[in-house]
Amino acid sequence: MELFESIFNALASPSLYVILVTALFFLYLWKMRTFSRPGWVVAFAVMTTAFFVIGAQNGDFLKIITKGDNMPIVIMIFSILFTCSLAFRQASVNDMRIEKGEPPLEALDSNKKVLVWPDLIYPEFICTVLLGALFVFWSIAVEAPIEEPASGTRAPNPAKAPWYFLGLQEMLVYFDPWLAGVVFPGLIVVGLMAIPYIDTNPKGNGYYTFKERPFAITVFMFGFIVLWVALVILGTFLRGPNWNFFGPFEFWDPHKIEPLVNVNLSELFWVRMLDTRLPDAALIREAPGLLLLGAYFVITPALLAKTLLKKLFNEMGFARYSVLVMLLLGMGLLLIKMVMRWTLNLQYFVAIPEWFFNI
Amino acid sequence: MNPEEGPTRRGFFGNLFVAWAIFLAGVHFAGAGAVRFLFPNVLFEPPLSFKAGVPSAYAEGVDESFKSSHAVWLVRTLSDPLSDRTGIEGMYALSTTCTHLGCIPNWQSADVKFKCPCHGSGFRMSGMNFEGPAPRPLERFRIVRADDGQILVDKNQKYQWEKNQWTSAEAYLPV
Repeated sequence: MELFESIFNALASPSLYVILVTALFFLYLWKMRTFSRPGWVVAFAVMTTAFFVIGAQNGDFLKIITKGDNMPIVIMIFSILFTCSLAFRQASVNDMRIEKGEPPLEALDSNKKVLVWPDLIYPEFICTVLLGALFVFWSIAVEAPIEEPASGTRAPNPAKAPWYFLGLQEMLVYFDPWLAGVVFPGLIVVGLMAIPYIDTNPKGNGYYTFKERPFAITVFMFGFIVLWVALVILGTFLRGPNWNFFGPFEFWDPHKIEPLVNVNLSELFWVRMLDTRLPDAALIREAPGLLLLGAYFVITPALLAKTLLKKLFNEMGFARYSVLVMLLLGMGLLLIKMVMRWTLNLQYFVAIPEWFFNI
Repeated sequence: MNPEEGPTRRGFFGNLFVAWAIFLAGVHFAGAGAVRFLFPNVLFEPPLSFKAGVPSAYAEGVDESFKSSHAVWLVRTLSDPLSDRTGIEGMYALSTTCTHLGCIPNWQSADVKFKCPCHGSGFRMSGMNFEGPAPRPLERFRIVRADDGQILVDKNQKYQWEKNQWTSAEAYLPV
């Protein structure tokens, strides 16, 4: 039991957690045809259940997973396993059929007509009734996680957003509010709206497939699983009082001391590398960070266009390629910044508090 | 029907004009009411400036008595190098609003720091930010001696470190 707890506490250190999730994500996509087989899916579900059941021996962990706020997260873990497995299973089956020169499964029943009533409305109605009954029962059985009356002068510790916003709250730990609260969520919405213009691959229309659109599916699922779901899980189970990191089986000690003295990139560059004092003019002081970010957003796309994404660049043309790469680099910046904060305690690449401009 | 008796073209436009005028007047009246709503006659908030007793009543360190009523921490210190008062004993009034997203940090006396429960920003006793995402230090308020010798904290005037305002005469009260 102790070994079990310490293993998972060690795995839950933030850098390791994100690297592990990313690695598992790509491993899954690589061996998708195997992992989406029903036997493997059942095995995953059993392992996850076993984790929660064994973990629940720990009273603090039990309290966290059965809190009214957090039960949706536990359900979400299983429902994501189910929906992803289902989709990837169907994609695998179709891919194998297409390899053999057969049409995808969906083509077989495409000529069959179904009526809205009763074929659609009836199942929908049954689902509505069942879910309605479930929610009534749930709201009676589970206490609403109501806290003390709100006060403008006291915040609960930890102060957590609703579970579906925990990913957003996690982003706010690494960036200024205007960036993590406005620009990034805006980019998510704009990026999703831009998909039909960026992705003009006509394949996969009306049927599941992975092989015919690996790039599109990988990028989308990476954003969804690693940058959203994994951050929601991290925010729920690994963030405790004072917004410190805690292992899942670590006691939430409000006085846990973490030495986290931030440094900015300008300080690393001028003070630690060049051994001089920070220049007074903000733009000179932040020149290293500005140049680095400029290089990241200008030189990387150009390099990628010549090397890794050459085919994509030739197919898409300059404008669409630029939009795509900017969105990808934006996603990457979030991960880079998170890992830099955890490893180097880096606060900002560009820190100009005078103008409220920090990246 | 005799066209002379029916509604005329001119009359129709006259009616249309009156209808639009009434409609627009109504909209503007409702709009003005909504704007007026933003400026209530009475504010049930504590006054922005308040007296906080005499300095000798405060021991060195952070005083939280005015946190819940006025959102201010009164800090007494022996030296405040960040405002160019090295070795000058005195007091300053710190805002209790985190400079990241406006949550209320907690004073953790054991760790000698303010720690925000929302995103983990940490501030030293001086208000200087040193951990988490907060981009700038906590703000300080005007603090002076009133005529009767009491401390007068005035939240109308705030001082920001990144604008070099902490060195202002009334941002720090020598005792």
